[in-house]
Amino acid sequence: MERYFQKEIECASREEIKAMQDEKIVAQVKHVWENVPYYKKKMEKKGVTPDDIKGIDDLYKLPFLSKADLRDAYPYGLLGVPLDECVRIHSTSGTTGKRVVAFYTQDDIDLWDDCCARAIVAAGGTKSDVCQVSYGYGLFTGGAGLNGGSHKVGCLTLPMSSGSTDRQIMFNQDLQATILCCTPSYAAYLGERMKEMGYGPDEIPLKAGIFGAEAWSEEMRHDIEKTLGIKAYDIYGLTELSGPGVAFECSEQNGMHINEDHFVAEIIDPDTEEVLPIGSEGELVFTALDKKAFPLLRYRTRDICRLSLEKCSCGRTHVRMCKPKGRTDDMLIIRGVNVFPSQIETVLINHGYAANYQIIVGRVNNTDTLDVKVEMTPEMFTDNIGDIEARQKELVDGLKAMLGIKAKVILVAPKTIQRSEGKAVRVIDNRKI
Amino acid sequence: MINQISVFLENKPGTLNNLTEILANNKIGIRALSLAETKDFGIARLIVDDAYEAITVLKDNDFVARLSPVIAFEIPDQIGGLNKLMTEFSAAKVNVEYMYASLGSKGTNNAYMIFRVAHTEDSEAALIGRGLKPLTQDDVANI
Repeated sequence: MERYFQKEIECASREEIKAMQDEKIVAQVKHVWENVPYYKKKMEKKGVTPDDIKGIDDLYKLPFLSKADLRDAYPYGLLGVPLDECVRIHSTSGTTGKRVVAFYTQDDIDLWDDCCARAIVAAGGTKSDVCQVSYGYGLFTGGAGLNGGSHKVGCLTLPMSSGSTDRQIMFNQDLQATILCCTPSYAAYLGERMKEMGYGPDEIPLKAGIFGAEAWSEEMRHDIEKTLGIKAYDIYGLTELSGPGVAFECSEQNGMHINEDHFVAEIIDPDTEEVLPIGSEGELVFTALDKKAFPLLRYRTRDICRLSLEKCSCGRTHVRMCKPKGRTDDMLIIRGVNVFPSQIETVLINHGYAANYQIIVGRVNNTDTLDVKVEMTPEMFTDNIGDIEARQKELVDGLKAMLGIKAKVILVAPKTIQRSEGKAVRVIDNRKI
Repeated sequence: MINQISVFLENKPGTLNNLTEILANNKIGIRALSLAETKDFGIARLIVDDAYEAITVLKDNDFVARLSPVIAFEIPDQIGGLNKLMTEFSAAKVNVEYMYASLGSKGTNNAYMIFRVAHTEDSEAALIGRGLKPLTQDDVANI
């Protein structure tokens, strides 16, 4: 039977959700107008005042915020409360080269913890569970968010942080951890290491995993589920909005429910900035309804995504977002074709390779080159060069079919591609454009 | 039938040295070696005195390696020696996928020929049926 952390909210009727949002957006816009001069200026420039916002249907009137705004306003420009009301900061990993600092009041942290608690309960977590949090602790939001959620649920929390893989496995075994929270690439690595140490799925006490903070494919999910003997749940979030828990997967494993009592999602055309109807693919935009210290309105995530309001059998009524296809800034344009690393990952796993890979883009004679480095695995290796080359060619063909362009596949020795304990560095773009 | 070890090697300086170093440190003797290469990678194929020990240490050191059955013969190192052997292969309809050779140690007048063939067991049986004596794993250890 499906369990909920806050059933009355998670299963509220669509009318109730809208009423909640109508009320909150009016108050939030007023709060921002009065306390965030940076955004007020943007509103004035667009000719909008708080009086124009009478409910959630007026959201489209508000100006957007982008990563560039966050950089311009660094560090205090978007702060919505006096600094002495703030109790913590977090910061983005800077994978795209631009750090963002986000502020939190105690209430902001409470609502964030609630969101993560909803995710843990949706993954089957109860107060009897032992929750191993192997996201990094520190500036990164992963560790703190799931740690907070785990406390709210009442799980015994193992604040492992990332790294020290052998110690992770020791604690996992000795304290019989039942829920694992980390990045999917680290989950895959832990699984790989446990397998090497002789732990089959039956010897691993875990029953569920909550994995997020980077793009991962459906195939990678199946791989992790098989190796660890668990059900793997996706979780979505970004530091700008609090951290993980903005949206989370339920037992259906078919899209992530957005916590709409705190965050409103829109899909826009990234070029025209026009709001698209539900079901369309476009850029995901979020408005934080309750956060006071870092109250972002219409923040452009750069994630390419689709929303669905189809009824979910889990009983939750909140809108679902699909796994983001990729960030607009993860997207590579190679020989004029849009390529997402997640597409390459899908092909690799379908062909039996490990999810550990590196994409190297270069330019020779004004033409882009795409090299995909993958590790040779014991399963793929034979003493016959012809067989290996035939498999290599199958992979090249598979990539061509998926991407529409030809990639070169480079087979490398095992463990030579760096394993990530935080976010994986999948793409090396050597083009000097 | 004897065990050959195949090892995946990246095509860059130092990789073969990594392999030989691990074998040397673990006191594993190489009896025969051949290297098959492509533009990007290579496969080292080795006959060693202790194949199981070798494969264990290689895997412990993160090499991708596997055992494959091959058949080996000791033949006189003289003109026509290989021809005589191949005539038997031909008569027994044994298909060779690849082969390599190793000279016998000083003092003997023999060479060792190693063959990867299709349907190893049947092929070996057919050759034994024609009076040939393939080397055993023990023979290899004692060379």
